[in-house]
Amino acid sequence: MTRYLWPLAGFAALLVFLAIGLRLKPQELPSALLNKPLPALRLSTVDSPEQYFDTRDMAGKVWVLNVWASWCGPCRAEHAVVQELAATRLATVVGLNYNDLRSDSQQWLREMGNPYLLSAFDGDGRAGIELGVYGVPETFVIDQQGRVRLKLTGALTHERLQSELLPALKALTHG
Amino acid sequence: MNKRIDNRMDRRMDRARAKPPASILRVCRSLLLCAGMVASASVFAKADLESQVQHVSEQLRCLVCQNQSIADSHAQLAQDLRREARQQLSTGRTEREVIDFMVQRYGDFVLYQPPFDPRTWLLWLGPFALLLAGLSALVVQSRKLEQSLEMENLAIAEES
Repeated sequence: MTRYLWPLAGFAALLVFLAIGLRLKPQELPSALLNKPLPALRLSTVDSPEQYFDTRDMAGKVWVLNVWASWCGPCRAEHAVVQELAATRLATVVGLNYNDLRSDSQQWLREMGNPYLLSAFDGDGRAGIELGVYGVPETFVIDQQGRVRLKLTGALTHERLQSELLPALKALTHG
Repeated sequence: MNKRIDNRMDRRMDRARAKPPASILRVCRSLLLCAGMVASASVFAKADLESQVQHVSEQLRCLVCQNQSIADSHAQLAQDLRREARQQLSTGRTEREVIDFMVQRYGDFVLYQPPFDPRTWLLWLGPFALLLAGLSALVVQSRKLEQSLEMENLAIAEES
């Protein structure tokens, strides 16, 4: 009897693997920067080419870096959630405007509302390469020591905010 | 008589004047040669750089399209990464260094060919292990079958 059960067991195991495979999200890659220091970046801001933002200025704070672009549809979709995040005042939210035109970005912020402390301007995407950005939007959580503690790829949703982002921020600010 | 000598002198002078001194010619010729060498050297350097960029790009995955290398992809990110590779190679970085730079930022997934290390042994060797397991199971089964057939044959022989 068992000799007929073996192939069945093998087939069941295969089904389990395939089911797991279907649930994997190959689009969401773990960040190579996870638990490593955020690279130091000094960039002008979307507001003004003369005003500069340096990631090192954020030392000692828990903060969120949200990578966005005016041409990016999912960024538009997640914007309300970024506003919700900023409204909790759990952490400072800084924008990184990726591969964009300053005029377009300024227009976008006027239109959509600006939840960011400021948005650093990365017009040619080189800062994005430093951060391993491969698709916008992306969201990094950075701790007091300047290390990346969480990275979310793709649009934030209310659920992801509640289940992933806010718990991480609470743990970092109270821990 | 005197006039003829003068004439000849004049002609010699003319010829000398018309033909620039050999030393200037030599300088000009070597300058031209140098210019040619520099030009061809830069053409070769450019071709070399492009082939290096191509070679590196073929080994890196475009993370947006995932099943294309950045050499094949027209995605913005692929263009940006090719530009970054070209810029770094032109400043004298080696192909290895450029690839390491990308791995540091994007992780192993950026490599089109995964590295062979303890985390990927199962991935690399798994199929061969499965094949071996299947083959040995087959061999064991066929031996068993053979034995039972022999036994049956013996039993039949004894009966008759």
